[in-house]
Amino acid sequence: MRSKGAGAAGPIERLVDALARLPGLGPRSARRAALALLRHRESLLDPLALAIEDTRRSVHACRRCGNLDTTDPCRICTDATRDAGLVCVVEHVADLWAIERAGAWRGHYHVLGGTLSALSQVGPEQLAVAPLLARVATGDVREVVLALNVTVDGQTTAHYLAEQLAAFPISVTRLAQGVPLGGELDHLDDGTLTAALRQRR
Amino acid sequence: MSTPEAAPSTSGSAPRCPALVRLSLAGFRNHARLELRLEPRSVVLIGPNGVGKTNLLEAISLLAPGRGLRRAGLGELLGPAATAWAIGATLQGLAGVREVATALEATGRGDRRVATLDGGVRRGPVSLAGVLPLLWLTPAMDRLFVEGAGNRRRFLDRLVYGLDPAHAERLQAYDRALRERLTLLRAGRRDPAWLTALEARLAADGVAIAAARVATVERLGAALAAEDGPFPAADLALVGEMEAALATTPALAVEEGFATRLARNRATDAEAGTTTVGPHRSDLAVSYRARGTPARLASTGEQKALLIAILLGQARVASAAGLAPVLLLDEVAAHLDEARRRALFDRLAAHPGQVWLTGTEAALFAGTAATCQGIALAGDGWRMVDLLP
Ligand SMILES: [Zn+2]
Repeated sequence: MRSKGAGAAGPIERLVDALARLPGLGPRSARRAALALLRHRESLLDPLALAIEDTRRSVHACRRCGNLDTTDPCRICTDATRDAGLVCVVEHVADLWAIERAGAWRGHYHVLGGTLSALSQVGPEQLAVAPLLARVATGDVREVVLALNVTVDGQTTAHYLAEQLAAFPISVTRLAQGVPLGGELDHLDDGTLTAALRQRR
Repeated sequence: MSTPEAAPSTSGSAPRCPALVRLSLAGFRNHARLELRLEPRSVVLIGPNGVGKTNLLEAISLLAPGRGLRRAGLGELLGPAATAWAIGATLQGLAGVREVATALEATGRGDRRVATLDGGVRRGPVSLAGVLPLLWLTPAMDRLFVEGAGNRRRFLDRLVYGLDPAHAERLQAYDRALRERLTLLRAGRRDPAWLTALEARLAADGVAIAAARVATVERLGAALAAEDGPFPAADLALVGEMEAALATTPALAVEEGFATRLARNRATDAEAGTTTVGPHRSDLAVSYRARGTPARLASTGEQKALLIAILLGQARVASAAGLAPVLLLDEVAAHLDEARRRALFDRLAAHPGQVWLTGTEAALFAGTAATCQGIALAGDGWRMVDLLP
Protein backbone atom coordinates (compact mmCIF):
# COMPACT_ATOMS: atom_id res chain seq x y z
CA MET A 1 0.00 0.00 0.00
CA ARG A 2 1.68 3.20 -1.18
CA SER A 3 0.41 6.35 0.50
CA LYS A 4 0.38 9.46 -1.67
CA GLY A 5 1.08 12.92 -0.31
CA ALA A 6 -2.30 14.62 -0.62
CA GLY A 7 -2.17 17.10 -3.49
CA ALA A 8 1.53 16.49 -4.06
CA ALA A 9 2.89 15.59 -7.46
CA GLY A 10 6.18 15.16 -9.32
CA PRO A 11 9.31 16.11 -7.37
CA ILE A 12 7.55 16.46 -4.01
CA GLU A 13 6.11 13.00 -4.30
CA ARG A 14 9.54 11.66 -5.24
CA LEU A 15 11.04 13.42 -2.21
CA VAL A 16 8.41 11.91 0.12
CA ASP A 17 8.96 8.45 -1.38
CA ALA A 18 12.73 8.76 -0.97
CA LEU A 19 12.43 9.95 2.65
CA ALA A 20 9.97 7.17 3.48
CA ARG A 21 12.62 4.61 2.58
CA LEU A 22 14.97 5.90 5.30
CA PRO A 23 15.25 3.79 8.44
CA GLY A 24 12.89 4.97 11.17
CA LEU A 25 10.70 7.02 8.82
CA GLY A 26 7.32 5.78 7.64
CA PRO A 27 5.22 7.44 4.92
CA ARG A 28 3.54 9.73 7.45
CA SER A 29 6.73 11.11 9.02
CA ALA A 30 8.28 11.35 5.55
CA ARG A 31 5.42 13.64 4.51
CA ARG A 32 5.92 15.74 7.63
CA ALA A 33 9.67 16.00 6.98
CA ALA A 34 9.15 16.95 3.32
CA LEU A 35 6.67 19.69 4.28
CA ALA A 36 9.08 21.07 6.90
CA LEU A 37 11.88 21.14 4.31
CA LEU A 38 9.70 23.04 1.84
CA ARG A 39 8.43 25.48 4.43
CA HIS A 40 11.92 26.34 5.68
CA ARG A 41 13.81 26.55 2.43
CA GLU A 42 16.80 28.52 3.65
CA SER A 43 17.29 26.98 7.07
CA LEU A 44 16.49 23.32 6.18
CA LEU A 45 16.16 22.52 2.49
CA ASP A 46 19.21 24.30 1.08
CA PRO A 47 21.72 23.11 3.71
CA LEU A 48 20.40 19.54 3.40
CA ALA A 49 20.59 19.58 -0.40
CA LEU A 50 24.14 20.90 -0.25
CA ALA A 51 25.20 18.40 2.38
CA ILE A 52 23.75 15.50 0.41
CA GLU A 53 25.38 16.63 -2.83
CA ASP A 54 28.70 17.20 -1.06
CA THR A 55 28.59 13.77 0.57
CA ARG A 56 27.59 12.05 -2.64
CA ARG A 57 30.58 13.56 -4.45
CA SER A 58 33.30 13.25 -1.80
CA VAL A 59 32.59 10.25 0.45
CA HIS A 60 33.61 6.77 -0.71
CA ALA A 61 34.13 3.33 0.77
CA CYS A 62 37.77 2.70 1.68
CA ARG A 63 39.15 0.03 -0.67
CA ARG A 64 41.14 -1.48 2.17
CA CYS A 65 38.74 -1.64 5.12
CA GLY A 66 35.33 -0.54 3.82
CA ASN A 67 35.06 2.53 6.07
CA LEU A 68 33.34 5.59 4.60
CA ASP A 69 35.57 8.64 4.29
CA THR A 70 36.61 11.44 1.96
CA THR A 71 40.00 9.83 1.35
CA ASP A 72 40.80 6.36 0.01
CA PRO A 73 42.47 4.64 1.86
CA CYS A 74 40.57 6.17 4.74
CA ARG A 75 42.11 8.21 7.54
CA ILE A 76 42.10 5.23 9.89
CA CYS A 77 44.03 3.06 7.43
CA THR A 78 46.61 5.82 6.89
CA ASP A 79 46.95 6.84 10.56
CA ALA A 80 50.57 6.01 11.44
CA THR A 81 49.81 5.96 15.18
CA ARG A 82 47.45 3.00 14.76
CA ASP A 83 48.57 -0.62 14.96
CA ALA A 84 48.05 -2.21 11.52
CA GLY A 85 48.72 -5.65 13.00
CA LEU A 86 45.33 -5.58 14.76
CA VAL A 87 42.18 -5.83 12.64
CA CYS A 88 38.70 -5.52 14.13
CA VAL A 89 36.03 -7.12 11.91
CA VAL A 90 32.59 -5.47 12.08
CA GLU A 91 29.31 -5.95 10.21
CA HIS A 92 28.63 -2.38 9.18
CA VAL A 93 30.25 1.05 9.13
CA ALA A 94 27.82 2.00 11.92
CA ASP A 95 29.56 -0.53 14.19
CA LEU A 96 32.97 0.88 13.25
CA TRP A 97 31.76 4.35 14.13
CA ALA A 98 30.33 3.14 17.44
CA ILE A 99 33.72 1.67 18.42
CA GLU A 100 35.49 4.86 17.29
CA ARG A 101 33.06 6.99 19.33
CA ALA A 102 33.97 4.95 22.38
CA GLY A 103 37.67 5.52 21.63
CA ALA A 104 38.13 1.86 22.46
CA TRP A 105 40.35 0.65 19.61
CA ARG A 106 43.76 1.70 18.29
CA GLY A 107 44.03 -0.89 15.51
CA HIS A 108 42.54 -1.12 12.03
CA TYR A 109 39.11 -2.32 10.87
CA HIS A 110 37.48 -4.52 8.29
CA VAL A 111 33.84 -3.89 7.37
CA LEU A 112 32.13 -7.11 6.20
CA GLY A 113 29.02 -5.41 4.84
CA GLY A 114 26.56 -7.68 6.66
CA THR A 115 26.26 -11.25 7.92
CA LEU A 116 25.78 -14.64 6.34
CA SER A 117 22.10 -15.39 5.88
CA ALA A 118 20.82 -18.12 3.61
CA LEU A 119 17.25 -16.90 4.14
CA SER A 120 18.20 -13.42 2.90
CA GLN A 121 20.43 -14.88 0.18
CA VAL A 122 23.61 -13.38 1.56
CA GLY A 123 26.59 -15.72 1.15
CA PRO A 124 30.35 -15.24 1.67
CA GLU A 125 30.68 -13.80 -1.84
CA GLN A 126 28.20 -11.00 -1.02
CA LEU A 127 30.38 -10.01 1.93
CA ALA A 128 33.97 -8.74 2.13
CA VAL A 129 35.27 -12.17 3.21
CA ALA A 130 37.79 -12.74 0.41
CA PRO A 131 39.36 -9.27 0.90
CA LEU A 132 39.74 -10.05 4.61
CA LEU A 133 41.52 -13.33 3.91
CA ALA A 134 43.70 -11.50 1.37
CA ARG A 135 44.63 -8.89 3.99
CA VAL A 136 45.58 -11.60 6.47
CA ALA A 137 47.53 -13.52 3.80
CA THR A 138 49.93 -10.57 3.38
CA GLY A 139 51.37 -11.50 6.79
CA ASP A 140 50.93 -7.98 8.23
CA VAL A 141 48.12 -8.98 10.60
CA ARG A 142 48.84 -10.49 14.05
CA GLU A 143 45.32 -10.58 15.46
CA VAL A 144 41.78 -10.48 14.10
CA VAL A 145 39.00 -9.49 16.53
CA LEU A 146 35.56 -10.68 15.42
CA ALA A 147 33.31 -7.89 16.72
CA LEU A 148 30.08 -9.18 15.21
CA ASN A 149 26.65 -8.69 16.71
CA VAL A 150 25.33 -11.30 19.12
CA THR A 151 22.51 -12.28 16.77
CA VAL A 152 22.06 -15.74 15.25
CA ASP A 153 23.45 -14.55 11.92
CA GLY A 154 26.26 -12.53 13.55
CA GLN A 155 27.48 -15.49 15.60
CA THR A 156 27.18 -17.92 12.68
CA THR A 157 29.30 -15.53 10.61
CA ALA A 158 31.87 -15.22 13.42
CA HIS A 159 32.11 -19.01 13.61
CA TYR A 160 32.49 -19.22 9.84
CA LEU A 161 35.25 -16.60 9.79
CA ALA A 162 37.09 -18.24 12.68
CA GLU A 163 37.20 -21.49 10.66
CA GLN A 164 38.48 -19.67 7.57
CA LEU A 165 41.14 -17.83 9.58
CA ALA A 166 42.32 -20.96 11.40
CA ALA A 167 44.68 -21.68 8.51
CA PHE A 168 46.76 -18.56 9.28
CA PRO A 169 49.35 -18.19 12.06
CA ILE A 170 47.44 -15.37 13.77
CA SER A 171 45.25 -15.16 16.85
CA VAL A 172 41.51 -14.86 16.32
CA THR A 173 39.54 -13.42 19.22
CA ARG A 174 35.95 -12.46 19.97
CA LEU A 175 34.36 -9.78 22.10
CA ALA A 176 34.13 -10.67 25.77
CA GLN A 177 30.82 -11.70 27.31
CA GLY A 178 28.77 -8.83 28.60
CA VAL A 179 27.39 -7.94 25.21
CA PRO A 180 23.69 -8.72 25.61
CA LEU A 181 22.11 -11.38 23.38
CA GLY A 182 20.71 -9.76 20.24
CA GLY A 183 22.66 -6.66 21.27
CA GLU A 184 23.84 -4.60 18.37
CA LEU A 185 27.13 -2.81 18.81
CA ASP A 186 25.65 0.40 17.54
CA HIS A 187 23.28 0.52 20.53
CA LEU A 188 25.79 -0.31 23.27
CA ASP A 189 27.11 2.32 25.61
CA ASP A 190 30.78 3.26 25.31
CA GLY A 191 31.79 1.64 28.60
CA THR A 192 30.33 -1.76 27.67
CA LEU A 193 31.98 -1.62 24.26
CA THR A 194 35.37 -0.67 25.65
CA ALA A 195 35.22 -3.45 28.25
CA ALA A 196 34.11 -6.00 25.64
CA LEU A 197 37.05 -5.09 23.40
CA ARG A 198 39.61 -4.97 26.19
CA GLN A 199 38.59 -8.38 27.55
CA ARG A 200 38.41 -10.07 24.14
CA ARG A 201 39.54 -13.66 23.96
CA MET B 1 17.04 -17.76 45.03
CA SER B 2 14.79 -16.08 47.55
CA THR B 3 11.08 -15.96 47.04
CA PRO B 4 9.73 -12.43 46.80
CA GLU B 5 6.95 -11.61 49.20
CA ALA B 6 3.74 -12.63 47.46
CA ALA B 7 0.48 -10.95 48.34
CA PRO B 8 -1.40 -12.85 51.05
CA SER B 9 -4.02 -14.87 49.24
CA THR B 10 -6.27 -16.31 51.91
CA SER B 11 -8.15 -13.12 52.67
CA GLY B 12 -10.91 -12.38 50.17
CA SER B 13 -10.09 -8.81 49.29
CA ALA B 14 -6.33 -9.32 49.09
CA PRO B 15 -4.76 -7.82 45.99
CA ARG B 16 -3.15 -10.22 43.52
CA CYS B 17 0.24 -9.88 41.98
CA PRO B 18 0.67 -9.80 39.04
CA ALA B 19 -2.76 -8.52 38.00
CA LEU B 20 -4.39 -6.53 35.25
CA VAL B 21 -6.29 -3.51 36.57
CA ARG B 22 -7.21 -2.14 33.14
CA LEU B 23 -7.74 -3.82 29.78
CA SER B 24 -8.61 -1.82 26.65
CA LEU B 25 -9.37 -3.32 23.27
CA ALA B 26 -9.96 -1.58 19.94
CA GLY B 27 -10.74 -3.27 16.64
CA PHE B 28 -9.80 -6.61 18.16
CA ARG B 29 -11.94 -9.51 16.83
CA ASN B 30 -15.56 -8.84 17.95
CA HIS B 31 -14.55 -6.11 20.42
CA ALA B 32 -14.74 -2.85 18.44
CA ARG B 33 -14.14 -0.93 21.65
CA LEU B 34 -13.98 -2.21 25.20
CA GLU B 35 -12.40 -0.87 28.34
CA LEU B 36 -12.43 -2.94 31.53
CA ARG B 37 -11.55 -1.31 34.85
CA LEU B 38 -10.67 -3.98 37.38
CA GLU B 39 -9.66 -4.49 40.94
CA PRO B 40 -6.38 -6.37 41.39
CA ARG B 41 -8.32 -9.53 42.21
CA SER B 42 -9.25 -12.58 40.18
CA VAL B 43 -11.92 -12.28 37.50
CA VAL B 44 -14.91 -14.41 36.59
CA LEU B 45 -16.09 -13.55 33.11
CA ILE B 46 -19.68 -14.56 32.41
CA GLY B 47 -21.53 -14.34 29.12
CA PRO B 48 -23.30 -16.33 26.41
CA ASN B 49 -21.33 -18.18 23.76
CA GLY B 50 -20.07 -15.90 21.01
CA VAL B 51 -19.96 -12.76 23.15
CA GLY B 52 -16.16 -12.74 22.97
CA LYS B 53 -14.90 -14.17 26.26
CA THR B 54 -12.15 -16.23 24.64
CA ASN B 55 -11.24 -13.26 22.44
CA LEU B 56 -10.70 -11.25 25.59
CA LEU B 57 -8.38 -13.89 27.06
CA GLU B 58 -6.61 -14.08 23.71
CA ALA B 59 -6.01 -10.32 23.90
CA ILE B 60 -4.39 -10.77 27.33
CA SER B 61 -2.25 -13.60 25.94
CA LEU B 62 -0.90 -11.15 23.35
CA LEU B 63 0.59 -8.99 26.11
CA ALA B 64 3.49 -11.45 25.93
CA PRO B 65 5.72 -12.44 23.00
CA GLY B 66 4.36 -15.03 20.59
CA ARG B 67 1.13 -15.56 18.72
CA GLY B 68 -1.26 -15.77 21.65
CA LEU B 69 -3.45 -18.62 22.87
CA ARG B 70 -4.98 -19.35 19.46
CA ARG B 71 -1.71 -18.97 17.53
CA ALA B 72 -3.66 -16.73 15.15
CA GLY B 73 -2.23 -14.72 12.29
CA LEU B 74 -2.12 -10.94 12.71
CA GLY B 75 -4.89 -10.41 10.16
CA GLU B 76 -7.24 -12.90 11.84
CA LEU B 77 -7.27 -10.70 14.94
CA LEU B 78 -8.74 -7.78 13.02
CA GLY B 79 -12.37 -6.86 13.76
CA PRO B 80 -14.94 -6.97 10.93
CA ALA B 81 -15.00 -3.20 10.29
CA ALA B 82 -11.55 -2.38 11.68
CA THR B 83 -8.38 -1.40 9.82
CA ALA B 84 -6.10 -1.87 12.85
CA TRP B 85 -6.31 -3.41 16.29
CA ALA B 86 -4.79 -2.39 19.60
CA ILE B 87 -4.63 -3.85 23.09
CA GLY B 88 -3.67 -1.81 26.14
CA ALA B 89 -3.36 -2.85 29.77
CA THR B 90 -2.27 -1.58 33.14
CA LEU B 91 -0.39 -4.25 35.06
CA GLN B 92 0.25 -4.41 38.73
CA GLY B 93 3.34 -6.55 39.17
CA LEU B 94 6.12 -7.23 41.63
CA ALA B 95 8.11 -4.42 40.02
CA GLY B 96 5.26 -1.90 40.34
CA VAL B 97 2.68 -0.61 37.89
CA ARG B 98 3.40 -0.88 34.16
CA GLU B 99 1.54 0.22 31.06
CA VAL B 100 1.71 -2.40 28.31
CA ALA B 101 0.35 -2.01 24.81
CA THR B 102 0.50 -3.97 21.60
CA ALA B 103 -1.01 -3.22 18.21
CA LEU B 104 -1.08 -4.12 14.57
CA GLU B 105 1.01 -1.73 12.51
CA ALA B 106 0.87 -1.51 8.73
CA THR B 107 4.24 -0.92 7.08
CA GLY B 108 5.34 -0.69 3.47
CA ARG B 109 6.42 -4.34 3.69
CA GLY B 110 3.25 -5.73 5.27
CA ASP B 111 1.70 -5.93 8.72
CA ARG B 112 3.61 -6.44 11.92
CA ARG B 113 2.92 -6.48 15.63
CA VAL B 114 4.52 -3.76 17.74
CA ALA B 115 4.63 -3.33 21.51
CA THR B 116 5.34 -0.52 23.94
CA LEU B 117 6.15 -0.48 27.64
CA ASP B 118 5.20 2.53 29.75
CA GLY B 119 4.55 4.61 26.66
CA GLY B 120 8.14 4.20 25.42
CA VAL B 121 9.35 3.53 21.90
CA ARG B 122 7.66 0.88 19.78
CA ARG B 123 9.59 -2.39 19.58
CA GLY B 124 8.97 -5.93 18.46
CA PRO B 125 6.80 -8.22 20.65
CA VAL B 126 9.94 -9.97 21.97
CA SER B 127 10.48 -6.82 24.08
CA LEU B 128 7.51 -8.01 26.19
CA ALA B 129 9.43 -11.08 27.38
CA GLY B 130 9.14 -11.53 31.13
CA VAL B 131 6.79 -8.56 31.63
CA LEU B 132 3.58 -10.52 32.18
CA PRO B 133 4.05 -14.22 33.03
CA LEU B 134 1.05 -16.14 31.68
CA LEU B 135 -0.31 -19.65 31.78
CA TRP B 136 -3.46 -20.69 29.97
CA LEU B 137 -5.85 -23.58 29.52
CA THR B 138 -8.41 -23.53 26.71
CA PRO B 139 -10.91 -26.04 25.27
CA ALA B 140 -8.65 -26.31 22.21
CA MET B 141 -6.12 -28.04 24.46
CA ASP B 142 -8.57 -30.84 25.35
CA ARG B 143 -6.98 -33.02 22.68
CA LEU B 144 -3.41 -32.23 23.74
CA PHE B 145 -2.64 -35.82 24.78
CA VAL B 146 -4.10 -37.48 21.69
CA GLU B 147 -2.94 -35.18 18.90
CA GLY B 148 0.50 -34.84 17.32
CA ALA B 149 3.67 -34.03 19.25
CA GLY B 150 3.94 -30.43 17.98
CA ASN B 151 1.32 -28.91 20.27
CA ARG B 152 2.59 -30.89 23.28
CA ARG B 153 6.11 -29.66 22.59
CA ARG B 154 4.86 -26.06 22.39
CA PHE B 155 2.92 -26.59 25.63
CA LEU B 156 6.07 -27.91 27.30
CA ASP B 157 8.16 -25.03 25.98
CA ARG B 158 5.64 -22.54 27.38
CA LEU B 159 6.04 -24.21 30.77
CA VAL B 160 9.84 -23.95 30.45
CA TYR B 161 9.56 -20.34 29.37
CA GLY B 162 7.44 -19.64 32.47
CA LEU B 163 10.38 -20.66 34.68
CA ASP B 164 13.21 -19.55 32.41
CA PRO B 165 12.28 -16.51 30.27
CA ALA B 166 15.50 -16.90 28.20
CA HIS B 167 14.03 -20.10 26.74
CA ALA B 168 11.91 -18.20 24.18
CA GLU B 169 14.96 -16.49 22.73
CA ARG B 170 16.85 -19.79 22.58
CA LEU B 171 14.01 -21.47 20.69
CA GLN B 172 13.83 -18.56 18.29
CA ALA B 173 17.58 -18.69 17.60
CA TYR B 174 17.47 -22.48 17.16
CA ASP B 175 14.52 -22.25 14.78
CA ARG B 176 16.25 -19.58 12.72
CA ALA B 177 19.44 -21.66 12.44
CA LEU B 178 17.34 -24.71 11.39
CA ARG B 179 15.75 -22.72 8.59
CA GLU B 180 19.11 -21.26 7.54
CA ARG B 181 20.66 -24.72 7.28
CA LEU B 182 17.70 -26.19 5.37
CA THR B 183 17.73 -23.26 2.96
CA LEU B 184 21.39 -23.99 2.16
CA LEU B 185 20.77 -27.73 1.81
CA ARG B 186 17.68 -27.32 -0.36
CA ALA B 187 19.54 -24.92 -2.65
CA GLY B 188 22.12 -27.67 -3.10
CA ARG B 189 24.72 -25.38 -1.60
CA ARG B 190 27.34 -27.50 0.17
CA ASP B 191 29.54 -24.83 1.67
CA PRO B 192 31.01 -26.96 4.48
CA ALA B 193 32.34 -24.03 6.53
CA TRP B 194 28.97 -22.24 6.46
CA LEU B 195 27.05 -25.43 7.29
CA THR B 196 29.48 -26.23 10.10
CA ALA B 197 28.97 -22.77 11.59
CA LEU B 198 25.18 -23.24 11.57
CA GLU B 199 25.44 -26.76 12.97
CA ALA B 200 27.66 -25.55 15.81
CA ARG B 201 25.00 -22.99 16.62
CA LEU B 202 22.22 -25.61 16.45
CA ALA B 203 24.16 -27.94 18.70
CA ALA B 204 24.82 -25.27 21.35
CA ASP B 205 21.24 -23.97 21.39
CA GLY B 206 19.82 -27.48 21.04
CA VAL B 207 21.59 -28.70 24.16
CA ALA B 208 20.55 -25.58 26.08
CA ILE B 209 16.92 -26.15 25.02
CA ALA B 210 17.00 -29.81 26.01
CA ALA B 211 18.67 -29.02 29.35
CA ALA B 212 16.09 -26.34 30.18
CA ARG B 213 13.30 -28.81 29.39
CA VAL B 214 14.88 -31.47 31.60
CA ALA B 215 15.19 -28.98 34.46
CA THR B 216 11.56 -27.88 34.13
CA VAL B 217 10.20 -31.42 33.94
CA GLU B 218 12.19 -32.34 37.06
CA ARG B 219 10.90 -29.38 39.06
CA LEU B 220 7.35 -29.75 37.80
CA GLY B 221 7.44 -33.53 38.21
CA ALA B 222 8.28 -33.16 41.88
CA ALA B 223 5.36 -30.77 42.39
CA LEU B 224 2.94 -33.08 40.56
CA ALA B 225 3.96 -36.16 42.50
CA ALA B 226 2.81 -34.37 45.65
CA GLU B 227 -0.71 -33.97 44.25
CA ASP B 228 -3.20 -35.93 46.35
CA GLY B 229 -6.49 -34.11 45.94
CA PRO B 230 -9.26 -34.74 43.44
CA PHE B 231 -6.85 -34.00 40.62
CA PRO B 232 -4.79 -37.00 39.54
CA ALA B 233 -1.05 -37.18 40.11
CA ALA B 234 0.82 -37.20 36.81
CA ASP B 235 4.18 -38.53 35.72
CA LEU B 236 5.99 -36.47 33.12
CA ALA B 237 8.69 -37.81 30.85
CA LEU B 238 10.62 -36.26 28.00
CA VAL B 239 10.81 -38.26 24.83
CA GLY B 240 13.83 -37.01 22.94
CA GLU B 241 17.27 -38.32 22.13
CA MET B 242 19.07 -35.25 23.34
CA GLU B 243 17.07 -34.95 26.56
CA ALA B 244 17.78 -38.63 27.26
CA ALA B 245 21.48 -38.29 26.46
CA LEU B 246 21.83 -35.46 28.98
CA ALA B 247 20.95 -37.87 31.79
CA THR B 248 24.07 -39.97 31.19
CA THR B 249 26.51 -37.83 29.18
CA PRO B 250 28.15 -34.46 29.89
CA ALA B 251 26.46 -31.60 28.03
CA LEU B 252 29.59 -30.76 26.06
CA ALA B 253 29.79 -34.30 24.69
CA VAL B 254 26.08 -34.24 23.78
CA GLU B 255 26.67 -30.97 21.96
CA GLU B 256 29.59 -32.36 19.97
CA GLY B 257 27.69 -35.54 19.17
CA PHE B 258 24.73 -33.57 17.85
CA ALA B 259 26.95 -31.36 15.67
CA THR B 260 28.62 -34.48 14.23
CA ARG B 261 25.29 -36.10 13.42
CA LEU B 262 24.00 -32.96 11.75
CA ALA B 263 27.11 -32.91 9.56
CA ARG B 264 26.66 -36.57 8.71
CA ASN B 265 22.95 -36.07 7.89
CA ARG B 266 23.38 -33.29 5.35
CA ALA B 267 22.53 -35.44 2.34
CA THR B 268 19.55 -37.17 3.96
CA ASP B 269 18.19 -33.90 5.38
CA ALA B 270 18.52 -32.26 1.96
CA GLU B 271 16.57 -35.11 0.41
CA ALA B 272 13.91 -35.20 3.15
CA GLY B 273 13.60 -31.41 3.13
CA THR B 274 13.60 -31.47 6.93
CA THR B 275 16.03 -31.81 9.82
CA THR B 276 15.73 -35.40 10.93
CA VAL B 277 17.29 -35.17 14.40
CA GLY B 278 17.14 -32.56 17.15
CA PRO B 279 15.10 -31.27 20.09
CA HIS B 280 12.57 -29.80 17.64
CA ARG B 281 11.28 -33.38 17.38
CA SER B 282 10.99 -34.12 21.10
CA ASP B 283 7.72 -34.93 22.86
CA LEU B 284 6.27 -34.78 26.35
CA ALA B 285 4.82 -38.06 27.63
CA VAL B 286 2.23 -37.77 30.40
CA SER B 287 0.87 -40.72 32.36
CA TYR B 288 -1.16 -41.46 35.47
CA ARG B 289 1.05 -42.05 38.44
CA ALA B 290 -1.45 -44.35 40.16
CA ARG B 291 -2.14 -46.62 37.19
CA GLY B 292 0.95 -46.06 35.07
CA THR B 293 -1.23 -45.71 31.98
CA PRO B 294 -0.65 -43.06 29.32
CA ALA B 295 -2.88 -40.00 29.50
CA ARG B 296 -4.13 -40.44 25.94
CA LEU B 297 -5.97 -43.64 26.94
CA ALA B 298 -8.03 -41.90 29.63
CA SER B 299 -11.53 -40.44 29.22
CA THR B 300 -11.86 -36.85 28.01
CA GLY B 301 -12.87 -35.71 31.50
CA GLU B 302 -9.87 -37.41 33.13
CA GLN B 303 -7.52 -35.90 30.58
CA LYS B 304 -8.88 -32.47 31.42
CA ALA B 305 -8.37 -33.12 35.15
CA LEU B 306 -4.78 -34.15 34.40
CA LEU B 307 -4.17 -30.96 32.42
CA ILE B 308 -5.52 -28.90 35.30
CA ALA B 309 -3.24 -30.77 37.69
CA ILE B 310 -0.22 -29.93 35.49
CA LEU B 311 -1.29 -26.31 35.25
CA LEU B 312 -1.76 -25.97 39.02
CA GLY B 313 1.59 -27.66 39.64
CA GLN B 314 3.31 -25.30 37.23
CA ALA B 315 1.62 -22.30 38.87
CA ARG B 316 2.96 -23.44 42.26
CA VAL B 317 6.50 -24.01 41.00
CA ALA B 318 6.60 -20.68 39.15
CA SER B 319 5.15 -18.78 42.13
CA ALA B 320 7.75 -20.30 44.45
CA ALA B 321 10.42 -19.03 42.03
CA GLY B 322 8.98 -15.50 42.18
CA LEU B 323 7.47 -15.81 38.69
CA ALA B 324 3.78 -16.18 39.59
CA PRO B 325 1.77 -16.08 36.37
CA VAL B 326 -1.63 -14.65 35.54
CA LEU B 327 -3.79 -17.71 34.80
CA LEU B 328 -6.25 -17.72 31.90
CA LEU B 329 -8.73 -20.59 32.28
CA ASP B 330 -11.21 -20.66 29.44
CA GLU B 331 -14.40 -22.74 29.95
CA VAL B 332 -12.68 -24.90 32.53
CA ALA B 333 -15.38 -24.95 35.23
CA ALA B 334 -18.15 -26.26 32.96
CA HIS B 335 -16.52 -29.65 32.47
CA LEU B 336 -15.79 -30.44 36.10
CA ASP B 337 -18.10 -32.03 38.64
CA GLU B 338 -19.07 -30.10 41.77
CA ALA B 339 -16.31 -31.56 43.97
CA ARG B 340 -13.52 -30.85 41.50
CA ARG B 341 -14.88 -27.40 40.77
CA ARG B 342 -14.76 -26.52 44.47
CA ALA B 343 -11.28 -28.00 44.75
CA LEU B 344 -10.13 -25.97 41.74
CA PHE B 345 -11.50 -22.73 43.23
CA ASP B 346 -9.74 -23.49 46.52
CA ARG B 347 -6.42 -23.99 44.74
CA LEU B 348 -6.89 -20.85 42.68
CA ALA B 349 -7.66 -18.84 45.81
CA ALA B 350 -4.18 -19.75 47.05
CA HIS B 351 -2.49 -18.62 43.81
CA PRO B 352 -0.70 -15.27 44.28
CA GLY B 353 -1.37 -14.07 40.73
CA GLN B 354 -4.64 -12.99 39.15
CA VAL B 355 -6.85 -15.74 37.69
CA TRP B 356 -9.29 -15.27 34.81
CA LEU B 357 -12.16 -17.77 34.59
CA THR B 358 -14.84 -17.82 31.92
CA GLY B 359 -18.22 -19.52 31.71
CA THR B 360 -21.75 -19.14 30.37
CA GLU B 361 -23.58 -18.94 33.69
CA ALA B 362 -22.93 -17.51 37.15
CA ALA B 363 -24.13 -20.70 38.87
CA LEU B 364 -20.90 -22.46 37.79
CA PHE B 365 -18.87 -20.13 39.95
CA ALA B 366 -20.53 -20.54 43.31
CA GLY B 367 -17.83 -20.24 45.97
CA THR B 368 -15.71 -17.62 44.23
CA ALA B 369 -17.35 -14.48 45.63
CA ALA B 370 -14.70 -14.03 48.31
CA THR B 371 -11.75 -13.98 45.91
CA CYS B 372 -13.12 -12.91 42.54
CA GLN B 373 -14.88 -10.00 40.89
CA GLY B 374 -17.71 -10.95 38.55
CA ILE B 375 -17.98 -9.38 35.13
CA ALA B 376 -20.90 -9.99 32.79
CA LEU B 377 -20.02 -9.53 29.16
CA ALA B 378 -22.84 -8.71 26.72
CA GLY B 379 -22.98 -7.60 23.11
CA ASP B 380 -23.22 -3.95 24.14
CA GLY B 381 -20.58 -3.82 26.89
CA TRP B 382 -19.92 -5.12 30.35
CA ARG B 383 -21.04 -4.67 33.94
CA MET B 384 -19.98 -5.87 37.36
CA VAL B 385 -22.11 -8.66 38.79
CA ASP B 386 -22.27 -10.35 42.18
CA LEU B 387 -20.86 -13.86 42.46
CA LEU B 388 -22.37 -16.53 44.67
CA PRO B 389 -20.57 -17.14 47.99
ZN1 LIG C 1 40.24 2.15 5.59
